[in-house]
Amino acid sequence: MAGAGLKGARERRVRTGGIELCVAELGDADRPTVLLVHGYPDSKEVWSEVAVRLAEEFHVVLYDVRGHGRSTAPAPLRGGFTLEKLTDDFLAVADAVSPDRPVHLVGHDWGSVQSWEFVTVPRTEGRIASFTSMSGPSLDHFGHWIKSRMTRPTPRRVGQLLGQGAKSWYVYMLHTPVLPELAWRGPLGKRWPKLLERMEKVPAGDYPTSSLPGDAATGAWLYRDNVRARLSRPRPDAFAHAPVQLITPTGDAFLSERLYDDLGAWVPELTRRTLPAKHWVPRTRPDQLALWIRDFVRTHEEPETRALRPVAEPEAKSGVRPEYAERFGGQLVLVTGAASGIGRATAFAFAEAGARVVAVDRDAEGAARTAEMARLIGAPDAWGEAVDVSDEQAMEKLAAKVADEYGIVDVLVNNAGIGLTGSFFETTSEEWKRVLDVNLWGVIHGSRIFGAQMVARGQGGHIVNTASAAAFQPSRALPAYSTSKAAVLMLSECLRAELADRSIGVSAICPGIVNTNITATARFAGVTDAAEEKRRQRKASRLYGLRNYPPEKVADAILGAVLHDRAVVPVTPEARGAHALSRLAPGALRALARWQPPA
Amino acid sequence: MTSAVASELTADLRGFREVQQLSYACAEAVAAQLRPGVTEREAARMQREWLYERGVKDWFHRPFAWFGDRTAFVDFKIPLQFFPTDRRLEAGMPFILDMAPVYKGYTADIGYSGCLGLNPLHDKLLADLRAHRELILREVRERRSLREIYEDVDRLMVRQGYANRHRAYPFGVIAHKIDRVRERRFAPTLFGFGTQSLKGLLSDAVHGHRDGWSPLWSPYKFSDHPPTPGLWAVEPHLGFRGTGAKFEEILVVTDSRDPEQSAFWLDDDLPHVRRWNEGAV
Repeated sequence: MAGAGLKGARERRVRTGGIELCVAELGDADRPTVLLVHGYPDSKEVWSEVAVRLAEEFHVVLYDVRGHGRSTAPAPLRGGFTLEKLTDDFLAVADAVSPDRPVHLVGHDWGSVQSWEFVTVPRTEGRIASFTSMSGPSLDHFGHWIKSRMTRPTPRRVGQLLGQGAKSWYVYMLHTPVLPELAWRGPLGKRWPKLLERMEKVPAGDYPTSSLPGDAATGAWLYRDNVRARLSRPRPDAFAHAPVQLITPTGDAFLSERLYDDLGAWVPELTRRTLPAKHWVPRTRPDQLALWIRDFVRTHEEPETRALRPVAEPEAKSGVRPEYAERFGGQLVLVTGAASGIGRATAFAFAEAGARVVAVDRDAEGAARTAEMARLIGAPDAWGEAVDVSDEQAMEKLAAKVADEYGIVDVLVNNAGIGLTGSFFETTSEEWKRVLDVNLWGVIHGSRIFGAQMVARGQGGHIVNTASAAAFQPSRALPAYSTSKAAVLMLSECLRAELADRSIGVSAICPGIVNTNITATARFAGVTDAAEEKRRQRKASRLYGLRNYPPEKVADAILGAVLHDRAVVPVTPEARGAHALSRLAPGALRALARWQPPA
Repeated sequence: MTSAVASELTADLRGFREVQQLSYACAEAVAAQLRPGVTEREAARMQREWLYERGVKDWFHRPFAWFGDRTAFVDFKIPLQFFPTDRRLEAGMPFILDMAPVYKGYTADIGYSGCLGLNPLHDKLLADLRAHRELILREVRERRSLREIYEDVDRLMVRQGYANRHRAYPFGVIAHKIDRVRERRFAPTLFGFGTQSLKGLLSDAVHGHRDGWSPLWSPYKFSDHPPTPGLWAVEPHLGFRGTGAKFEEILVVTDSRDPEQSAFWLDDDLPHVRRWNEGAV
């Protein structure tokens, strides 16, 4: 009956208030206790994937909420599901499994709604060490949220109200008598697993369990007993007495991200996280959740090891944007060409946002240096790897090592590239080969090998490929380079289409003229004299230096592209201009392409 | 001071060394008094008053103080942004004190980087400045063109992963000449710079322009000449994502044929050098 993921769990029954709760435990009971509370319509098995991951380090406890799974239902149902009674249940379970130490609470959906009640009522004070909330707001906070928007209805706030109002359609349905029960026990219950798979991308398998129709029918009383009462008369003192980590899935069809805008006023110690996923994150993103929960529990279990957060200077113009830290904290990011220029700046930007960074470059020393500096600015961990991206076997080996030692890459940045200029007829076939090997095949190898790992894990990800403004700006001076970058651009677009239903985003970045050392290492086709080559490199470097567009801004564009899942991102003004012209007036670009830059 | 009499030079150098020591003593004294909540303006005033009390009457430039991400000149667009603001110091924040007093007719221009409390990143930047001090001296002794040295420093910074922040200074200089200044009772300043010193710099610029050199050590063509004998206040300035660090001290360039004597740092007994030496032990 229990989901396969909970095999090996120790089960016990806890009696409280005339009902019996089914409680499952995993992991060493001496370790800190993490208590997972499921939502609606669900049973504790929704947590199976997350629970086994957490059980490696913690004492993991799950229970079926009253009336769900194998816990018994109160009689009568009406009035049996109030938040007060649910709090009684929580305290009974917590006392049974961890009598001496406070527990770390994790809630999803209605589990989170309940848990908000637990962390904001005085009688649980001292029993909760931390709370991780996903997809379930406090009804009291929600009530105040609605009130503040009704009393001061600016256009934006009205928009927010209407937006959430539309997303809450199912709440109104659940308030109709009898019909929801009939639907759940009938056709809806039968079709639910397929619906979840199609609409919510929940992987098929032993979830949801066979108890679903009953759980969903009984669970309707969660809404009927609490929603109207709390939303119309929210408690004025719903302040959290434990630190809270809020994980917001950005693709949630039922809850607006805006619901949590005012949360800082209720929670003194709030950590925000965002996740590009739909509502059922415990099923679709167990790795990321387990990691964030683990880090949060560790932080509050051993306060002395708490990482010193750089205090944001109020007047500072630099520093990490909070939305990046919320999204990339703890993620694994691999950047190629990370020993210099855009790659290095990108590695630093991700590091600053709290991501773990793998800096890959042909230049071992430079990659190591990037990793070292990344650790100094906030990466929990960073590694330098010396690999030539055009070497398929080396890339395969790297991927195996990364997966083995650091984990599956969440964000891959295929950035390594080399420059080559000179007319088509002066470019030798070796030079063509070298440019395509690095600029195109490097991207192909990276996307194929690391992308396959992302697909196999099935928990989303993102691939960023550094193309160039030369991908849509033809030029007689850069035939090989432009060809390779145009190929990267199209490859990214095709890949984006293919990986869309795997929740893996693909972005192509088209920087333009950026002050990096690509000019200092560029080849000049037809130039054989080393001194002449050096002279041209210096000249090009000076020109790029005069333009002086910093690679940090490109890095920022890359983080933005991942955050907002953008397809093609031209960065510098000239790249934006060329991108616009390529659609509006390609003839102008063709005319520009004929211009021969002076040697 | 080409081919000056040796003893005179030494006496002169002693004067410059004295004012440089005085300036660094001031920086250390003021740095020790910095507390959370102190503003840049207050820190600048503390430097000014400390030096006034010890007999400084004129400036090459009045003291500057930069806190937090202003140490890396983040978003500096106009030179007025160099002047001290009401930015308050907080725990863990880097700061830079930069002053150029004139004392008994001798000028020094120094930069002191510090940090309020622990900041491993700032430590790293300070440690990495050492390679720049060595590189600059080595290449000046090799009599490379100033522009070339500038570019080599730039490349080293890029390799280290830093941004060149001295580029933000007026004319993007990594160094400028300093000289003796005649002491006058009336010593006005213009935009923070002492008029007497500006006059000296201007006359150097005019003379240099005729002879093909410049008192400003910049990345531009007018610095495309071998080091000219004299005293250079050298100030490589590293920036890394909102954290900046620099040192500034006097490099003596002579026309001696002996490489050791052709260029040397005026004084090795300075806080940043002591710090590197202690770290190395």
